[in-house]
Amino acid sequence: MAELKDTIARIFPEATFEDGHILTVCIPDEKWHEYAKILRDNTDLGFDFLVTIVGMDWKDRLGCVYYLTSTKNNSHLSVKVTTDNLENPMIHSVADLWHIAGIFEREVYDFFGIVFIGNPDMRRLFLDIDWKGFPLRKNYDESEDNNPVSTENERQSDYTDTYVELPDGSVEKRQTRVFEKDDFVVNIGPQHPATHGVLRFRTAVDGETIKKIDVYMGYIHRGIEKICEKLTYPQTLHFMDRMDYFSGHPYHHCLCMTIEEAAGIEVPRRAQVIRVLMDELSRIASHCLFIGTFCMDLGATTMLFYTLRVREQILDIMEKTCGARMTFNYGCIGGVMQDLAPDFVADVKALLEVLPKNIKEYNKLFTGNVITKNRMEGVGYLSKEDAISWSVTGPSGRASGWACDVRKTDPYSIYAELDFDQVVKTEGDSMARFKVRMEEMEQSARIIAQLIDIIPEGDICAKVPKVLKLPVGHWFRTVEGCRGTFGVYLESDGSTSPYRLKLVPPSLTAAAAVDHITRGNKIADLITIGGSLDYIVPDMDR
Amino acid sequence: MFDFSLLTEWIGNFLQETLGLPAWLATTVECVGVGLALLLVYSLLALFYIWYERKLCAAFQCRLGPDRVGPWGLLQSFADMFKMLIKELISLNHIDKFLFALAPYLVILASMLAFAVLPWGKGLQVINFNIGIFFLIAVSSIGVLGILLAGWSSNNKFTLIGAMRSGAQMVSYELSIGLSVLTMVAFAGTMNIVELVEAQNNLWFIFSGHIPAIIAFIIYLIAGTAETNRGPFDLPEAESELTAGYHTEYSGIHFGFFYLAEYLNLFIVSGVAALLFFGGWMPLHIPGWDGFNEIMDYIPSVLWFIGKAIALSFIIIWFKWTFPRLRIDQLLTLEWKYLLPINLFNLVLMVLVIVYNFHF
Amino acid sequence: MEVTTKSMPYDAWKDNEYIESLVKELQANGTNVVVGSFDKLINWGRSNSIWPLTFATSCCGIEFVSLGAARYDMARFGWEVARSSPRQADFMMVAGTIVKRMAPVMRRLYDQLAEPKYVIACGACAVSGGPFKKSYHVVMGIDKIVPVDVFLPGCPPRPEAMIYAIMQLSRKIKVERFFGGVNRKENQEAFLKAHPIESLED
Repeated sequence: MAELKDTIARIFPEATFEDGHILTVCIPDEKWHEYAKILRDNTDLGFDFLVTIVGMDWKDRLGCVYYLTSTKNNSHLSVKVTTDNLENPMIHSVADLWHIAGIFEREVYDFFGIVFIGNPDMRRLFLDIDWKGFPLRKNYDESEDNNPVSTENERQSDYTDTYVELPDGSVEKRQTRVFEKDDFVVNIGPQHPATHGVLRFRTAVDGETIKKIDVYMGYIHRGIEKICEKLTYPQTLHFMDRMDYFSGHPYHHCLCMTIEEAAGIEVPRRAQVIRVLMDELSRIASHCLFIGTFCMDLGATTMLFYTLRVREQILDIMEKTCGARMTFNYGCIGGVMQDLAPDFVADVKALLEVLPKNIKEYNKLFTGNVITKNRMEGVGYLSKEDAISWSVTGPSGRASGWACDVRKTDPYSIYAELDFDQVVKTEGDSMARFKVRMEEMEQSARIIAQLIDIIPEGDICAKVPKVLKLPVGHWFRTVEGCRGTFGVYLESDGSTSPYRLKLVPPSLTAAAAVDHITRGNKIADLITIGGSLDYIVPDMDR
Repeated sequence: MFDFSLLTEWIGNFLQETLGLPAWLATTVECVGVGLALLLVYSLLALFYIWYERKLCAAFQCRLGPDRVGPWGLLQSFADMFKMLIKELISLNHIDKFLFALAPYLVILASMLAFAVLPWGKGLQVINFNIGIFFLIAVSSIGVLGILLAGWSSNNKFTLIGAMRSGAQMVSYELSIGLSVLTMVAFAGTMNIVELVEAQNNLWFIFSGHIPAIIAFIIYLIAGTAETNRGPFDLPEAESELTAGYHTEYSGIHFGFFYLAEYLNLFIVSGVAALLFFGGWMPLHIPGWDGFNEIMDYIPSVLWFIGKAIALSFIIIWFKWTFPRLRIDQLLTLEWKYLLPINLFNLVLMVLVIVYNFHF
Repeated sequence: MEVTTKSMPYDAWKDNEYIESLVKELQANGTNVVVGSFDKLINWGRSNSIWPLTFATSCCGIEFVSLGAARYDMARFGWEVARSSPRQADFMMVAGTIVKRMAPVMRRLYDQLAEPKYVIACGACAVSGGPFKKSYHVVMGIDKIVPVDVFLPGCPPRPEAMIYAIMQLSRKIKVERFFGGVNRKENQEAFLKAHPIESLED
C-alpha cells in the first residue's frame, strides 16, 4: 500500500491521503477527470475496474467516493471527490473512461442531486422524473405529502439532459433525444415474463433487430439504504435477504464481516465454516434456479421443474437450520444465529450424492440440444475489456475470461484454505455464461465436500455488546455473491446506526450492460442475453 | 367391421321415404344434424385435448396435473369452459373493431372446415369428394388470415410482431406440408380421402412406402408442429418474448376460440398424419396374418382413428415440453434450407419408388 | 350453508365467520330457483378455474414459482394456466413489494384484467409495506390502489400458505352470485369511485 501511495503522490501532487484498510486519495474536482484517465491508463496503476461510486452527504459538503480496482495488480484504491456547493453540486463525469460510470453517476444524481458534467445521460435512474427532493440527502423531507402515491400514468420524457462545460468554465444544460425521431420503439416491461421481475426496456427495433435499449429501473426501488440509516446495526441485517433473495447468505456474510471488521470482533472458527457452507449451498440453489428460469425463457419449460427439485432439497436443509425457505436472516454480527440442525451433515451428504447425477441429467436434457446451441452459441458476445469496463462481475464476467472471483482474488473468511478452481471461460457468449454456472455448481459441491466432515466444535457466535456502536470511520468490503461481486460501504459517525450504508449489487451492472451486449441482435436474443446475465431486479433497485 | 354408411343411408331413407320430405329439405336437415354433431364433437374433443395436454405436461415434469375437479381432473376443462363463457369481453379503444371481432371466428372456421373432412370411420365422413386432401390443405390455411387480422387489429406492437412471425412461419411451413402430402398422394394415386384409406387396406403407407414415406412423415410432423404454432415453433405466442403473442388483447370467449382452435389444430394435424401414413380408420393389417387381421377388425373404426390421432398428438406434445424455442431466423432457415430441399428430393425418390415398383 | 372445497373439511378453515356473513348478505334478497341453480353451475366452473396472471415483483414471486413446481404443484387444482396477458387471467397475485413507481403500472394491470377479477395481496409488503414500513418509496399496502380480496401474510408466505389463500378465494367465488343480487361488484365500484385515476388518456 505504501508503494502505491508513493506512486500516486508522485503523479498527483495535489492529492491528499487518508489511511484505512484501502488507501483513500482526495482529489480536487477540477483535476478529477484528468487524473482518472491517468489512474486508468498508467501501467503502474492500471485501475481499470470501477467497483462503485458511493454518493455521500457529509452535511457541510457533498461528494463521491470512487472504489477502483486494478485487475492486473490486484490493488485497490478509493478516491474522494467533493464539492462545497450544496445548492448546485457539480462534479466532473468519468462516464467516458469507465462505461459503467454512466449508470453509477445517474444513481448518485438520483439520490443526492449531484450533477455530473459531461455525462451524456443525466436522468433520474430509480425515481420518477417528477420526484421531489433527493432522498438520500440528510435534509430530505420524507413526509407522505411530499411524494404521494399516485395511480396516474407514469410521466416520461423522450429527452435527456446533458451538462456541457464551455471553454470559459461555465456549464450549459442541453437536451438530446433518447431515441431517434422515427425509431420503432417497443416497450418491454415492467410487467413482462422475460424481464425476470419489474425491469423495463424501451427497445428501438428495426424489424426484429435491436438498435438500442434504454433500461428503466426503480420499479422495485425500496430505499433500503435510507431505511438502514434509521436502524441499529443488527436490524439492518435482514434486508440482505430481501435484495438478491437467492444470495441471502453471502450478502449477510458481507455485511456481518464489514461490521465485525469495524467493531474488531473475532468470529469463531465454527461460525466461519458454517457461513462458508451456507454460502456455497445457496450458490448451488441459486444456480439451479438460474438454469431453470433461463431454460424456461428459451421455451424449455420442463427444465425448470427438474432443477427446482434440487433446489427444494437445499431449501429443506436450510429450513431445518435457519427456519425459513428464503429469507433466512441466519448470519448475525459475530457469527450465526442458531447452531446447525442435528441431521445437517447427513442431509448435505445426501445432496452431494444426487447433485452430480442431476447435473448430468441437465446436460443431457438441455446443453447438448441442437436448438439450444443455435440459440446460445455466439449470442450476446461480451469481450473481457468490455466486461471490466461495464463491471460485469461474477459468473457472467468469468465467462468473458475475466478471473474476478473475490474468493480467489481477495480471499475472505476461510476461502484461502480451501481447494477449488475458479471457472473461467473465454468465449464470452451466452453459452459460456450458462456453462460457467453449471461448472460452478460442481466447484461449490467440492468446497462443501471438503468442509462437511471437519466442521469444528465450539461457539457459533462471538461475544457482541448488546448495544453495538462502531468507531468513526468508513469501511468497504466485497464478497462473491451468487451473481457477482457484492460490496458494502459503511460509514459510521460513532452512533448505533450507520451514517451511510451503501450496497453495491452485481445485478445493477449486469442490467446496465444489456444495451451494449444486445445491439444488433434479435428481439429473441434479448431474452437469451437477459436470462444469461441473470440479474435480480430487487437486487439492482435495492 | 361396422360400416357407418349403413347408418347414414338409413337416416337419408328415413327422412325422404318414411317422413316423405322433399330432397332439398332432407339435405338441409342432414346438414344441420351433421353440423351440430360436428360442433359437439369439436368442443368435446378440444376440452379433452386441453385436459390431455395438461396431464401429459405434468407427467413430463414429475407432477400430477389436474386431479381435483372430477375423476382424474377430467372435468377441469369443463370448469374452464364455464368460466371462459362468462368472462368479460373487453372492448378496446383505438382498434379496428370489426376485424378484431372477426379474427377469432376466422380461426375457428378454418379449423372447423378442416375438421369436417377427416375420415372418422368406415363410411363416416361428411362428404366424399375427389379433392378431399386438397380441400383440407386449402381451408387450413385460412387460419393464418385470422391470426394476421388478430395481430393487426389489436393495435398493439406485441401482437403485431406475433402476427408477422406467424404469417412468415405458416406460409413457409405450408410448403413442407403440401410437399409431403403430395408425396403421399403421388404414392396413393388419389386425393380422395376414402380411397386414400381404402388403399391402405393391406398395409399402412408408412410401411408400404418405406423410406420415402418415413422421410415424408418426419417432415410432415415437424411442419405440422410449426403449422399449429406449438413448441418448439411457438414463436407467434412466445410467452417469454411477446407476452401472449397475437391474442394478447383478446379476453373471454374470443380468447377461448383461439385456445380451442390451437388444440383442435393439433388434433387435425395428427388426424391427417394418421390418414396419410397410418391408414386413417383402417385397422392394423399385416399381409398373411389373417387371424390377427380379423381380430383387429373387431375394434371399431372410430376408435382406430381417434386412437391414432391421440397417439400422434402425444409426440407433438412431447416436442413442446422437451425442446427450447427456435429463433425466427433459425425457424425460416430450417424450412427453406433443409426441409424444402429434402422434401423435393424425397418427392423424386417417391416417384422412382413408384415407377420401379420398389414398394410393398 | 357450509361452504368448502373438495379435500378440505369445513372446520379446517380459519375464518368461517366471514364467509357466513357474506352468504347471509347474499341470501337476504332471496333468489329464484332457476337462476339459483344456474348460479351454482357457473360458480362451480368459476371457483375451479382460477387462472393467475404472471405477475411478481420480488421474493414472493419465487415462492410462486415453487408453488408451480413438482412439490406443491398448483396444477392439481387447475391453477397452473398462468397467463401473461392480463386480459385472460382471473386473478392477480400481487407477489412482492409495490413501490410508488410501480403503483400506476399495477393499477393499470388491474384495470386490464377482464371481469370477474380478483386480487390477492401476497406477502407482508403487499399487505402493509412489511419490513419496508419506514421507506420513502414503498406503498404501504396495495389496498390503497386496488380492492383486495384475500390478504396473505408472510415474508414470503410459504407455498402451502399460497395454496390456502387461493382456496379461500375459490371459496369466496363459490358463494358469490353471478346473476343479480348483492354482488361484490358494487363494493368494487365503490372502491374505484373512491380511488379514481385522474387521467386515463393514453
